[in-house]
Amino acid sequence: MNDPKKAVALISGGLDSMLAAKVVMDQGVHVEGINFFTGFCVEGHTHAIRSRKGGGPRGPKPKRNNALWVAEQLGIKLHIIDVIEEYKKVLLNPKHGYGQHLNPCLDCKVFMVRKALAWGFMAEHGFDFIITGEVIGQRPKSQRKATMPIIAKESGADDRLLRPLCAQNLPSTLPEREGWVDRDALFGFHGRSRKPQIELAKRLGFTAWAQPAGGCCFLTDAQYSRKLTDLWSAQGRKDYELDDIMLLKVGRHIRPASHFKLIVSREEGENRYLEGYRRRFLNLRPISHAGPLCLVDGHPQPTDVELAARVVARYSQGREAAAVTVAAEDPHAGCRELTVAPLAPAELPSAWHV
Amino acid sequence: MSKLVHPFENLDARGLLCPMPVIKVQDRIADLRPGAVLDVLATDPGTLADVPAWCRVHGHEILEMVQAHHEIRIRIKVN
Repeated sequence: MNDPKKAVALISGGLDSMLAAKVVMDQGVHVEGINFFTGFCVEGHTHAIRSRKGGGPRGPKPKRNNALWVAEQLGIKLHIIDVIEEYKKVLLNPKHGYGQHLNPCLDCKVFMVRKALAWGFMAEHGFDFIITGEVIGQRPKSQRKATMPIIAKESGADDRLLRPLCAQNLPSTLPEREGWVDRDALFGFHGRSRKPQIELAKRLGFTAWAQPAGGCCFLTDAQYSRKLTDLWSAQGRKDYELDDIMLLKVGRHIRPASHFKLIVSREEGENRYLEGYRRRFLNLRPISHAGPLCLVDGHPQPTDVELAARVVARYSQGREAAAVTVAAEDPHAGCRELTVAPLAPAELPSAWHV
Repeated sequence: MSKLVHPFENLDARGLLCPMPVIKVQDRIADLRPGAVLDVLATDPGTLADVPAWCRVHGHEILEMVQAHHEIRIRIKVN
């Protein structure tokens, strides 16, 4: 008897990729998952930043990696690949441009399928085809009928790329033609409605799945994209390091002038996270009152530090007090205390908020 | 008397946020033989859920998990 065919499934942690993998597994194919960490994933790092008190009316959100959770539900291995450095090329110079914000979704999909192909087809891994949870019409930028062949072609996967959820709307692929999977047991989903997927999930016995409200990537977020644009504008070039893009996920970003920006924590979890950067940034913290930690990014002048202290005081418990004492710690020049009047709301122009 | 040899491999993932500790564990275990024991040090509370989840799907065994102050130690037996 022949060994079962092997497929590597792109697992984002959402419902579609979970279903796509399950549908193919149920046809007797050996499936393993692959998940790429770009640095912009809403998953992962964000859990550590958020306060433990966070959560909605149903209590705190579970601090889990949804891709791993999906792998457990499916009973498959999941390989998580760090692509932070390689992803820069995708984001900084996307061949197919950006979506509504700084999301290079089509280039991103091409990149991920190409990476999955390279990983899966390595001799020691020996996979036969790639699975994604794409559905025609589901996403305005990357999941359209016209983009499906682009992804297959530019990734190099060609007809080894199977989209089980919408396969019946697409030309048959190698796994279908070779009989590795039964095309009739695949699906012809299309459009933005989630109803067919939810019905399929129930039919397959799933009772829970992740429903990321704003997608799984920060680059689809308007506010995050604004902060990233501001970062590039301030540094005079389109580039970033991991810490840059991590810090954009945290705190209020206030830019009083082009040469410096304040990152002010909003809650305990962010405070803890920013603590890790205190040795690398000028940082301020109120000491006469409870209040946030603030990092100063850029090249502040001495008068800017006083302004930063007044901003910190404005977000402290002493915002109504006549004066607040703030410790300003420069990793290279030591610590000093400033007693300042908290900035009045009218003195903090909305244009400073990035 | 024979010299004592430390029986564990060590991985310092302190200061890294998930999923990086998981990726480090995954990459280190790829180089270890079945039966090896890996001691992971981490600080991200996310590792308490993510590293055991990764071990479960790959068939490795969590021998011990200790959280003290802000540090987490996870001992994994490679299978």
